[in-house]
Amino acid sequence: MSLDKISRFTSKTMVLEAENIDTDQIIPARFLTTTVREGLGKLAFYDWRYNEAGLPVNSDPFAGKDPAIYQILVGGDNFGCGSSREHAPWALVDFGFRAIISTKIADIFKNNALKNGLLPIEVEPKIHAELLASPGVELTIDLERREIIRADHWRQSFDVDPFGRQCLLDGIDPLGFLQSCEADIEKFEARQT
Amino acid sequence: MSSKSLFDKVWERHLVRAQTPEQPGVLYIDRHLVHEVTSPQAFSMLRDKGLKLRCPERTFATMDHSIPTIPFEGGKPVYASEETSAQVSTLQQNCSDFDIELHGWDSPHRGVIHVMAPELGLTLPGMTIVCGDSHTATHGAFGALAFGIGTTEVAHVFATQCLLQAKPKSMRVTIDGRLTDGITAKDMALAVIAALSASGGTGYVIEYAGEAVRALGMEGRMTLCNMSIEAGARAGMIAPDEVTFNWLQGRTHAPEGQAWEEAIADWKTLCTDDKAVFDKEISLRGQHIAPMITYGPSPDQAMAVDSITPNPAGNVEAEGLDYMQFTAGRPVLGEKVDVVFIGSCTNGRLSDLWEVAHVLKGRKIHKRVRMLIVPGSEQVRRNAESEGLHDIFIAAGAEWRLPGCSMCIAMNGDMAQPGELVVSTSNRNFKGRQGKGARTVLASPATAAACAVWGEVADPRPFRETPHVA
Repeated sequence: MSLDKISRFTSKTMVLEAENIDTDQIIPARFLTTTVREGLGKLAFYDWRYNEAGLPVNSDPFAGKDPAIYQILVGGDNFGCGSSREHAPWALVDFGFRAIISTKIADIFKNNALKNGLLPIEVEPKIHAELLASPGVELTIDLERREIIRADHWRQSFDVDPFGRQCLLDGIDPLGFLQSCEADIEKFEARQT
Repeated sequence: MSSKSLFDKVWERHLVRAQTPEQPGVLYIDRHLVHEVTSPQAFSMLRDKGLKLRCPERTFATMDHSIPTIPFEGGKPVYASEETSAQVSTLQQNCSDFDIELHGWDSPHRGVIHVMAPELGLTLPGMTIVCGDSHTATHGAFGALAFGIGTTEVAHVFATQCLLQAKPKSMRVTIDGRLTDGITAKDMALAVIAALSASGGTGYVIEYAGEAVRALGMEGRMTLCNMSIEAGARAGMIAPDEVTFNWLQGRTHAPEGQAWEEAIADWKTLCTDDKAVFDKEISLRGQHIAPMITYGPSPDQAMAVDSITPNPAGNVEAEGLDYMQFTAGRPVLGEKVDVVFIGSCTNGRLSDLWEVAHVLKGRKIHKRVRMLIVPGSEQVRRNAESEGLHDIFIAAGAEWRLPGCSMCIAMNGDMAQPGELVVSTSNRNFKGRQGKGARTVLASPATAAACAVWGEVADPRPFRETPHVA
């Protein structure tokens, strides 16, 4: 799979204030019986959106929000904690999200997200508080410059794994890079025996 | 030579290529553990690219997450759904196609992957071990660097036996002093997570040290390392010692003869140097750790079983108490319990079952309670049955099941109903984890067993002194 290049996009924010949004919330474990990674968007945050009978609930935070317009998810502190399931970013990407912004994003989720073109963006608590308080605001995310830009020219820089960023900017599959290390891998193995 | 931590030593031994400012390190992986849930898409990635599995001899599989734990019917497993059955047959086909050793239904070693791999001696000190499962940290109990990875990374290891990894920061958690009688590794784990918070370990590899840690047996050490991810840390490690070596000797994949002697000499060097510096250090006093329970839907919302829930610090905590139907400033002790689950990669080992048997022997569980006791592996099941533990459990009114992840992740049909309160020896109390709307209290096996007897959240300590004989 060669990845689509990502450098810059503009979208509105969807805010989920809750802290510690774990991967069981993002996609409940009972849906992990799939053997494919496509089409999981309909299961994203399923238990937040549907009742036991599978009917939409009134408290659905996504109701009336066109995923094509709200592609940036601003979540509470420690987003993506819990299980290593890559089904979580698969579901979020299929739902329509292209970036997650939080103060802290769990390690495994962050790695998984980057590999699927979903930008995990960590910002300072002060910036985070501003974003939580302004749901629906339009932001431009510039991966090349590592900046979040608001229409009124408010700008904030963010950190992102440099290698993951380069892979996304150039559309490089990290597996290709690992395969290019084959000679070194063989040398390492020869030393072990 | 500069001082190094255990983690530094294991990390450096496995670097195929060093990290640079632009590129992560290339880390060699000694063991790759595979199960049915997070592997099918990785096998598809291999097939899509026409790639081979690079090292089948370093790859081992079992099935645990979606398999039934109820007895076979007509000699066949009774799956909860066509999907779970298809997931298992997909794993069987993939292991056959790619020549991977699979511990399936016919294997005497089948079990929860983090229980069965150490039993086979697949987990050895100084190794790097990965699995598409966040509780892979369990294997760190042997002084291995073990962590969970996503499915794309599973495909990376399949294809190259390596991972791209930026070196995490290091943290030492020291637990000094002795635990009081009846306090277990699970109580230590919950106390550590409460002290660190659910994200306090994010970006770190934890080394557990101190007298109370050294005093644990291997099974307790596995319980402690297992829950590192619940504080956000991908890996937890404990330096290997005589306890480790004695536990490993004679296991199927452990070295033998001269190789064993050489291995021991090498493993003894896997300890943190006196002057090694950690990025973060915390310490707890062993004698202050009480039996712990959780009171909210996050594993860091943990407290002593006999204390009262704190006043919520913010919306999150208030909402959490709300979900649990608990009241701020009140005890959880005495809350009615519907289900008790004993098992999982955290607490599904023989010593955990001894704790439960000690409480249940000669007693009956409360009539309101449904109690599932699920051994972590076929070996745990055999050993428990040879000691007659299953007779104690069945006589008490509990269900004695086949090994698997069962109600820890509730993928296989073992689950709680909306609103039910579950006291569980597993690792996660997230909303809906054990069934939509189910409320989970995490606890040790002893505490969970005490809750089953009383039918309400209970303190296990009174059972220590007076084992009841019928």
